[in-house]
Amino acid sequence: MSSHSNYNPTNPVEKWFDERLPLIRFSKEHLMDFPTPKNINYWWTFGAVLAIMLVMQIVTGIILAMHYVPNIEMAFDSVEHIRRNVNYGRIIQGTHAVGASMFFFAVYIHMFRGLYYGSYKAPREILWILGVIIFLLMMATSFMGYVLPWGQMSFWGATVITNVFSAIPLVGNTILEFLVGGFVVDNPTLNRFFSLHYLLPFIIAAVVALHIWALHVPGNGNPTGVEVKSSADTVPFHPYYTMKDLFVIVVFFIPFAWFVFFAPDILGHADNYIRANPFITPAKIVPEWYLLPFYAMLRAVDFDLLFINAKLGGVIVMFGSILILMVLPWLDRSKTRSGNFRPMFRPFFWLFVLNFMMLMYLGAQAAEGIYVILSKVGTAYYFGYFLIILPILARIETPKPLPNSISESILDKYEAKALKQEKMRGEGNSEIQGKGGK
Amino acid sequence: MRNIFSALALSVILAIPLPAMAAPSGVPAELQKWSFAGIFGTYDTNQLQRGFQVFQEVCSVCHGADLIAFRNLTEAGGPEFPESQIKQLASEYYIIDPELEEGERPAILADLWPSPYATERETREANNGALPPDFSVLAKARYIPRKFPLNFYDMARAYQEGGADYIYNVLVNYEDEPPYGVEIGDVQQYNAFLGGGITMMSPLMDELVEYDDSTVPLTVEQYAKDVSAFMYWMADPHLVSRKTIGLNVLIFLSVFALLMYLVKRRIWAGVKH
Repeated sequence: MSSHSNYNPTNPVEKWFDERLPLIRFSKEHLMDFPTPKNINYWWTFGAVLAIMLVMQIVTGIILAMHYVPNIEMAFDSVEHIRRNVNYGRIIQGTHAVGASMFFFAVYIHMFRGLYYGSYKAPREILWILGVIIFLLMMATSFMGYVLPWGQMSFWGATVITNVFSAIPLVGNTILEFLVGGFVVDNPTLNRFFSLHYLLPFIIAAVVALHIWALHVPGNGNPTGVEVKSSADTVPFHPYYTMKDLFVIVVFFIPFAWFVFFAPDILGHADNYIRANPFITPAKIVPEWYLLPFYAMLRAVDFDLLFINAKLGGVIVMFGSILILMVLPWLDRSKTRSGNFRPMFRPFFWLFVLNFMMLMYLGAQAAEGIYVILSKVGTAYYFGYFLIILPILARIETPKPLPNSISESILDKYEAKALKQEKMRGEGNSEIQGKGGK
Repeated sequence: MRNIFSALALSVILAIPLPAMAAPSGVPAELQKWSFAGIFGTYDTNQLQRGFQVFQEVCSVCHGADLIAFRNLTEAGGPEFPESQIKQLASEYYIIDPELEEGERPAILADLWPSPYATERETREANNGALPPDFSVLAKARYIPRKFPLNFYDMARAYQEGGADYIYNVLVNYEDEPPYGVEIGDVQQYNAFLGGGITMMSPLMDELVEYDDSTVPLTVEQYAKDVSAFMYWMADPHLVSRKTIGLNVLIFLSVFALLMYLVKRRIWAGVKH
């Protein structure tokens, strides 16, 4: 890591400490002085939101674990006990449950920002791949967390999703039995899911540390996609971005609080207020909203292909839809990072966003009629975007000319603004004159 | 593997004769105006007290509420009965306690609402094979399905009362005879909201419960509304305090956000970006 520190300890204690463990120096370098491009916009603030959300989930989760009982006879009632009898329990539990949704909302914005601005391109491939790993870990964590209240959706969600692994040839059933700790989802499943649900967030935190490390080697990208050329292009992270991020975090907390305090159950499914019952299947088994696009892709494959049966095909497609993100830096070979300078890329990107939302909608619908066809079209576009459209665009697209530097692009922006204002003033004058003439 | 599929198959078969599990397919729900709706909503204490009366005199004969303690009935934000009244009420119920010589004792405030039946088998035998669901969280376990984009509208107005609406609509839509061509079970009654038979016979009729307040009409609709509100309170007993804190949190966050915006603007004022 390059050094950006202007930390000069003056007091002898600080000096003594700095020579032995330069913790303050490190913090100053990376949390305060770190040079950050001047021009990054609000889409870049979601990294900070996500860091706060992770802390939020860990803190509320640790408190919940003090009162929760991972036993199939008592799990449901212990969650109700938290809601009813623990001081502020309804709010802590609500914050954790709604927090999962807000966490995913923020991570989707963060990822789509990366997709639009080409944040995955050299030299940030490792940074991007670490992000995909975090996303995978988040999905596993949230899925296992949803099982813990041991309601109907918990139980049946666990049954459907663990069953997915049985599609793997030869070892599928062994994996399934290993995952659920028996032949069916039961007490051992709940015990291991609780254990893992407690463990994974700390692994996420560790990967986040690597993610930030990998960010601080090349530094932040920016909306122009042009790398930082001189110190004129940057400002220190503190106070410029600490305060901007904090502003967004507070704004982000407003809808968060809205759900927690006024509608804590609206993002979940009512069936999870029914105790798990292995003998009654809910009319519709749906995962939480944030997993729906992937669930839709899993169900879209309802046909056998050569030696791959429909079930295995669905599993390959579902896991493939995330694993493909890992190789994205080598699929999109366009030299231009930012979508702002890629006129042909932009419509395909926005179509990809719409398509993702459509898949989310379809994941919640019954697998019948038009929904199945649309799911197939949506899945095809999802993969087509990465495997066909991006590689071809890299070859045929002529990007718009890039500015020479970040500062130049900022100056251009200000000049354009000034020109526009002048023009408007000019038009206003002529209009007044025109009226006078009449 | 085979176990899972047989369990799945079995459960699908078992689920079919339970219309209350599936989304209702009958007449559309009539959504009610609830005092606890929206961000300023609070429970109407009088309504909860009336609802409790209906629950105690009618529903609790078959339905349990095993997460509710007698003390909850005295707590702020609920029916707020006087403590002495609930102590008296509790003492009329018996709690089974094998440690005691008599095998049972009168309930106290800290006790949970006693189940009307000792075992599931006993429950089913008394109810034509059906299992009357526990009331503790039932109002949260039922909902009125809302399609896109209505579900987003519900988020924007914090609509959480689907369960209360569901229960109300079940209670007021009983019909003596099923419409021509609709088959229902031998021990079932037709319910127009569910669009099928239900093993619980119509539990309410006009003037069934005597209210103290003579200005409140003694109709099925009124009973249904009161007991649905009471059941919603049972499922969400801290709603009032939560919403009160929530309003303060929203005000705090809005002011904090405004201040942070001004801070951010001030800091960036000298930098072209």
